[in-house]
Amino acid sequence: MKKFDIFKKGLFAENPIFVLLLGLCSSLAITTSLTNAIGMGMAVICVLLMSNFIISLLRKIIPNEIRIPVFIVIIATLVKCVQMIMNAYTPELYESLGVFIPLIVVNCIILGRAESFASKNGVLDSILDALGMGLGYTLAVVIISFFRELIGTGGLSLYNPFDASQVIFQVSFFSDYAISLFTQPAGAFMTLGTILAFIQFLKVRKANKAKKAEVK
Amino acid sequence: MELVSLFVGLTFVNNVVLSKFYAICPLLGVSKKPKNALNMGYAVTFVIFLASIITYLLYYYVLTPLEITYLDLITFILVIASLVQFVEMFLKKTSPEIYKSMGVYLPLITTNCAVLGVALDNISAGYTLIEAMVAGLAVPIGFTIVIYVFATIRERLDIASVPESFKGTPIALITAGIMACAIAGIAGLV
Repeated sequence: MKKFDIFKKGLFAENPIFVLLLGLCSSLAITTSLTNAIGMGMAVICVLLMSNFIISLLRKIIPNEIRIPVFIVIIATLVKCVQMIMNAYTPELYESLGVFIPLIVVNCIILGRAESFASKNGVLDSILDALGMGLGYTLAVVIISFFRELIGTGGLSLYNPFDASQVIFQVSFFSDYAISLFTQPAGAFMTLGTILAFIQFLKVRKANKAKKAEVK
Repeated sequence: MELVSLFVGLTFVNNVVLSKFYAICPLLGVSKKPKNALNMGYAVTFVIFLASIITYLLYYYVLTPLEITYLDLITFILVIASLVQFVEMFLKKTSPEIYKSMGVYLPLITTNCAVLGVALDNISAGYTLIEAMVAGLAVPIGFTIVIYVFATIRERLDIASVPESFKGTPIALITAGIMACAIAGIAGLV
C-alpha cells in the first residue's frame, strides 16, 4: 500500500505544477493545444522515468559534492535522446514544441525529483515516484490546455502525434465567440492564476470546515 | 540600426519572460523585494551575457568542425553551471549580504530557462556573433525590467485587500497576465 502512496502523491497532494509550482515555464508555454500538452507530458514522463531510474542506481557512486553537475549531465543526455527521437518520429509535434523540448533539461521537476527523491531512495520507489510526478505534470498541463484551447478557439481537437494529418477528434462549440487572448501568453498566466485560485479556495473551505467541526 | 531594433525587440516586444515564459520560477520566487529583484537581475545579466558568447563560440568553432553538434545541450549546460558557480563564489567573497539575501535562488540560475533558452535561440535563429552578444544583453535587461516592475507591484499587493482565494501566487500570476497584455500592446506599435 505504501508503494501506491508514493505513486499517488505526485498526482494530487504534491502535484508538481498546481501545488509545488515547479516547471511553470514549459507548462505555460506549450498549453496552447491539447495535442501539444499531451506530447510534452509524454516527453517529460520519459525523461523523468529514465533520470530517476539511472540516478537511483548510481546514488551510492556519485560523490555528494558534485552531485548536481552529475545529475544535470545525465538529464541533458536523456533530453537530447528524447529530442532526437521526437525529431525523427513526431516531426510536427517537434516543430510546434520547439525550444521547449531541449528546455526540459532545466525543468525544475526533473532536477528536483533527482535531488529530493531518486538520490535517497531505491530503484523501484524512484520509478513509482517518477511515474506519479510525470502523470501529475501531464494531468496539470492537460487541464490548463483544455481551458485555453476551449476558450481561445471555441473548440477542442486532438491529433495523432505520430501523424498530424490523422485527426482523433475535433469539435467546435462557439468558435464565433472565441477569446483569442487565451491562446496568447497573457491568457496562459490568467488561466493558471485562476486554476490556482480555485485550488486555494477548496483548501480554505476545507480548513474552515475542519475548524467549525472542532468548535462543535 | 538592425542591431538597435533587435535590442529593442528582445527587451520589450518579445520580452522573454512575458512572451516566451522563460524564467517564471525566479519571477515568482525572488520578486518579493525590489532590491533583491535588482540584484537577481544583475547576476542573471552577467551570466547570460557571458554564456551567450561562450556557447556561441563553442558551437561554431568546436562542435561544428568536429561534427558533434548533438552534444550541444550537454556542453551548454556545463558552461552555464560553471559560470553560475563562478558568480556564486564571487558574490560570497565580495558581498556576503547579497549572497545571503538571494539564498537558494542563486544556484538556481543554472536551471533558469532564460540562460539556456537564449543560448539555444542564438543558434537556431542563426545570429552572427555580434547579434548573439546583443541578444545576450537585451534579454537579461528585459528580464531585469520585468522582475523589478513585478516586485514593486507585488509590494503594493501585500497591503491591498485581495480575496482570500487569490492571495499569494494566483494574484501574482494574474498580475503577470496583465503585464503580458501591456507588452503585447507594444508589439502592435512597432
